[in-house]
Amino acid sequence: MHPVGTAHYLAVSAALLLIGTVGILVRRNIVILLMSLELILNAANINLVAFSQHLRAVDGQIFAIVVITVAVAEAAVGLGILIALFRNKESVNADDFDLLKW
Amino acid sequence: MLDTVFFYLFTLLTLGGAILTVATRNAVHSALFLITSLLGVAGLYLLLHAEFLFAVQIIVYVGGIMVLFLFVIMLVNLDAAAAQRQFSRMWPVALGCVALVGLELFYFLGKGEPAFRIAAPPPVPEPTAGNTERIADVLFSQYLLPFEIASLLLLVAVIGSVVMAKKRI
Repeated sequence: MHPVGTAHYLAVSAALLLIGTVGILVRRNIVILLMSLELILNAANINLVAFSQHLRAVDGQIFAIVVITVAVAEAAVGLGILIALFRNKESVNADDFDLLKW
Repeated sequence: MLDTVFFYLFTLLTLGGAILTVATRNAVHSALFLITSLLGVAGLYLLLHAEFLFAVQIIVYVGGIMVLFLFVIMLVNLDAAAAQRQFSRMWPVALGCVALVGLELFYFLGKGEPAFRIAAPPPVPEPTAGNTERIADVLFSQYLLPFEIASLLLLVAVIGSVVMAKKRI
């Protein structure tokens, strides 16, 4: 069995990114779209931390902290928007919000 | 050796949780599987010697964001949504994405080990200070401005979400 190297972590990150992308494309429930977004941001974080460990520099982990901050802000605002949407349309289905669609 | 075992265990947790998050019909189950996935990512951070991020991941994601998600799932009535069709017609695009990455993976697997060799790490001596101490050193000196900008972003997000969730704007 190969020793676990940086490439292994990059493969996990790529797989997680892919699963998140598929989730965003395939699901219709807005709550689950936001969850898939969290998966994608986590994939980016694994990449950053893996290279931070590879280069023995702590800078990548600082980047990961900033990404986590942005993810928190995005989740809070996204769920606020979701509640406002649900109050207006009584639906959490992404296909129902097509007011701007021509 | 033990490292390898734990790596594959956490990878299984992460990817299995992620797949079930995307695949289950019930939103509450999705959120619970997402917690599993995020815990697996936290374990990977621990294996990468990022102990501070491990703690942050568990406190912020599992303790904060996921509770927020579960609250919103309880607030909005998902019973009507669960009865509808859960998956959109975009699946050919998703299939294309999967095929593209799968092709890439098999191409590099076919090339063998040299394709996965990343440039060797620089010969830096093992740090004497702990992970958290080093992060604090860098965060409050070199990256002070991004740190302050992040706090401003959080303030904007707090105000934004409160305004968004108000009854009458």
